[in-house]
Amino acid sequence: MKLKTLMLGAAAAFAIAPAAFAERGSDGEVKIIYWQAPSILNPFLSGGTKDVESASMIIEPLARYNEMGELVPWLVDEVPTVANGGVSEDLTQITWKITEGLTWSDGTPFTSADVKFTYEYCTHPEGGCAQLTKFEGVSSVETPDDLTVVVTFEGPTPNPYGPFVGGESPILQAAQFADCLGAAASTCTEQNFNPIGTGPFVVTEFKPNDVITMAANENYRDPAKPAFATVTFKGGGSAQASGTAVMETGEFDYAWNLQLAPDVIAKMEEGGKGKPIAGFGPLLERIMLNNTNPDPNLGPDERSVIRPHPFLGEPAVYKAMSMAIDRPLLVEIGYGQAGKVGCSWVPAPEAFASTFEGCEVQDLEGAKAMLDEAGIVDSDGDGVREHNGVPLSIVYQTSTNAVRQDFQALIKDWWEQIGMEVELRNIDASVFFGGDAGSPDTFQKFYADVEMYANTFNGTDPQAYLGNGLCDKAPRPETQWQGENISRFCMEEFDALHAELSQTADMAERQRIGRELSAMITDNGGMIPLVHRGRLSAHANSLGGVVLNVWDSELWNVADWYRIDM
Amino acid sequence: MLTYAIRRLILSIPTLLFISFIVFMLLQLAPGDPMAQVPLTVPPEVKEKMREALGVGEPALVQYWKWLVQVGWIEPKVFIDWLTRDTFLFGWLPDTKLYNGELRVISWQTRSPVMDIIIQRIPQTLWVVGIAYIVAIIVALPIGIYSAYKQYSTFDQAGTFVTMIGFSVPPFFTGPLLIVIFSVSLGWFPSIYDTTLVVDSWANFKLQLQQMIMPVMVLAFQITAQLSRYMRASMLDNLNQDYVRTARAKGLSENVVVWVHVLRNSMIPVVTVIALGIPSIFGGAIITENVFKVNGIGQLLITALFANDLPMVMTLTFIFAVLIVMFNLIADILYGVLDPRIRYD
Repeated sequence: MKLKTLMLGAAAAFAIAPAAFAERGSDGEVKIIYWQAPSILNPFLSGGTKDVESASMIIEPLARYNEMGELVPWLVDEVPTVANGGVSEDLTQITWKITEGLTWSDGTPFTSADVKFTYEYCTHPEGGCAQLTKFEGVSSVETPDDLTVVVTFEGPTPNPYGPFVGGESPILQAAQFADCLGAAASTCTEQNFNPIGTGPFVVTEFKPNDVITMAANENYRDPAKPAFATVTFKGGGSAQASGTAVMETGEFDYAWNLQLAPDVIAKMEEGGKGKPIAGFGPLLERIMLNNTNPDPNLGPDERSVIRPHPFLGEPAVYKAMSMAIDRPLLVEIGYGQAGKVGCSWVPAPEAFASTFEGCEVQDLEGAKAMLDEAGIVDSDGDGVREHNGVPLSIVYQTSTNAVRQDFQALIKDWWEQIGMEVELRNIDASVFFGGDAGSPDTFQKFYADVEMYANTFNGTDPQAYLGNGLCDKAPRPETQWQGENISRFCMEEFDALHAELSQTADMAERQRIGRELSAMITDNGGMIPLVHRGRLSAHANSLGGVVLNVWDSELWNVADWYRIDM
Repeated sequence: MLTYAIRRLILSIPTLLFISFIVFMLLQLAPGDPMAQVPLTVPPEVKEKMREALGVGEPALVQYWKWLVQVGWIEPKVFIDWLTRDTFLFGWLPDTKLYNGELRVISWQTRSPVMDIIIQRIPQTLWVVGIAYIVAIIVALPIGIYSAYKQYSTFDQAGTFVTMIGFSVPPFFTGPLLIVIFSVSLGWFPSIYDTTLVVDSWANFKLQLQQMIMPVMVLAFQITAQLSRYMRASMLDNLNQDYVRTARAKGLSENVVVWVHVLRNSMIPVVTVIALGIPSIFGGAIITENVFKVNGIGQLLITALFANDLPMVMTLTFIFAVLIVMFNLIADILYGVLDPRIRYD
């Protein structure tokens, strides 16, 4: 009944003011489809992209990234920096000034107490908050007055834009979530499904793993926005079906993350109802090289734990393996306009990206020559080269996924051409990425010589991500096989340089160190970058104002979306 | 008959306990992790904390016992409260207020009570799969009867051919095929089911029909294929019996022979097959629901499986187990009712 009234209201608004362009709710309904269905609208309890992005239409952070990866003030007047005095000289404190007059969708004022509460909510020891890393290193959050938030860090923090910045760290309303701290978080169904926010829309009805209906927020700060009166946010199905719904049948206006083969996308585009848009964040498809010995004959405490690998540590071997790969072909086959040749561990932002010679061209002859020169030749005539008597025979694993299996087949062929033997394995994604310490098939355990997957980082600062190359982050039995240094890369110079990065505040210097660290990993046999992957989404031709943002929620500027009359 | 039914009902309790225990243990042994879908950018320590908050680390038997108490004791209380509070049927009774805030079965994905989501999903499934079942029965029975009566006629051959296609072509082929034809090319029906549609006017009823047609067709095609084969086989069995010849010999018309004598006897096995198939209506049609984005029970189960949402998977499979046990009992009883030769006492 409530929904019907709202719809009628929306229809009435639409009928009365068709000419007024910039008026709240004048453009009727917008329909968004995500092929992964949102389960909860509280990003602190889920961390899944689908949940973070759907919630980003309702709850908002203090500042967020725009499509260029630059910070823009959202609920504050300006982004604090050392230059404007918002960040203390010793880099241990950041002061946010909340914009005056902001209100929640229920009409109550938005104050610094809400921001402080959000910090307490996420850092509660029993809450199981998914965004805990956002608050890493924070020692206190103080509220001198209603509009000022002072975040103090334990030590100098060159990048203080973790807490309350970006779609993953929005502000919750203290009044609504007061009883949901810690272990009670899971019992707050009503709050988790209908959070009160400052965003352009409010939830009308939330059907978990199915559909969300939203209506324009009457108390949104810009009286002319959002242009749409209602939103239908459908979840579920497949990337294929959501692409069809936007570009071929025109049933929906926006489809998220179409991970489909380039020819499939091209075919859909012929439908003429919508078009794909691509954006590039730091997502990199790569092959990780195991720096430890994955020999199955080793015991559970030694396999993929003891160094070195019998031959993958040899520069001639990993360099030849990289030279044998035709990256432009991989991009063309696997990703089309949603991919670029990947040459750097940190492919974006541009200023952090390193490159290496010969990244874009395949050189099978050069690879063979390099192996010959290093004395790695086929001495027993079985077609496989040996290094110190050990044949270059490898197991190459990845998750089950059509594009990845295509890549495996191609790369296997190239590597066999330069005299290696390659055995392929693919493992269901939920197991491979599952992190179950008891399973031999997780990517952390790495019971193979090389493995392929994609990884990325949030925001624009790669410091934490570059930390994935530190010696002590290697997964091993003592850490229950947890850890981000998947290739078990270990180099003193790298650790030292990374420590330097964490002490450096100057941006140009950080970028130089970042490039150096990135190059260090690729040059020293940590990994082989393959494809810099973009995000491909699609919107209807009649939907205006869409700006694809890979640095934050894709729906970051949904308040600015409007209907183009056609 | 009554004592038989009661005996079977009592016997079904240990059966269901056993089933639930086996399912629970199987799920415990299965690989997978509820945090698998959380992005790689969330570090392992944080994931571990999230797992703790969900209660994943507890010993298996403790988890099982908690689940059993929640499903067997707390959820019924919530259900009875709802019956006496909000329903027309029992609303006149005083509100029982049995439930007072104990922890219900909570889904790991949504952090909300599993039963609430199931209740939310059942209408979609019942509408689509239930109607498909009814359509299939209405279509399949006459086809089966006529094909058997005119065995090896053109109609029978054509029927056999079509049912073979129905048997062998999977819904993940027919579904997208229909979408390509009717949604993409012709634009007659929507390819995505709108679960927010409330049927409160003729226009909305028409929309509801439009969005139901394709999934119902796909499902009904499959069920028709199965049922019409059963019907045909059962009719053929009976048509060659001595009593049919006797009936004809004593001068009964073909109508009476076929519709009264043969059909009634042939229906006995078919009715049991239909009854046994009813639990599958509630189970939904996992693939068809996914293809047409009908967010019903089947889609719920498959997403829960992918997300390793054990409480949800466990509760859904248990409900299916209960339905299957119940409808087996009903089928057995129906058998006795339809066939006087069968006596259970």
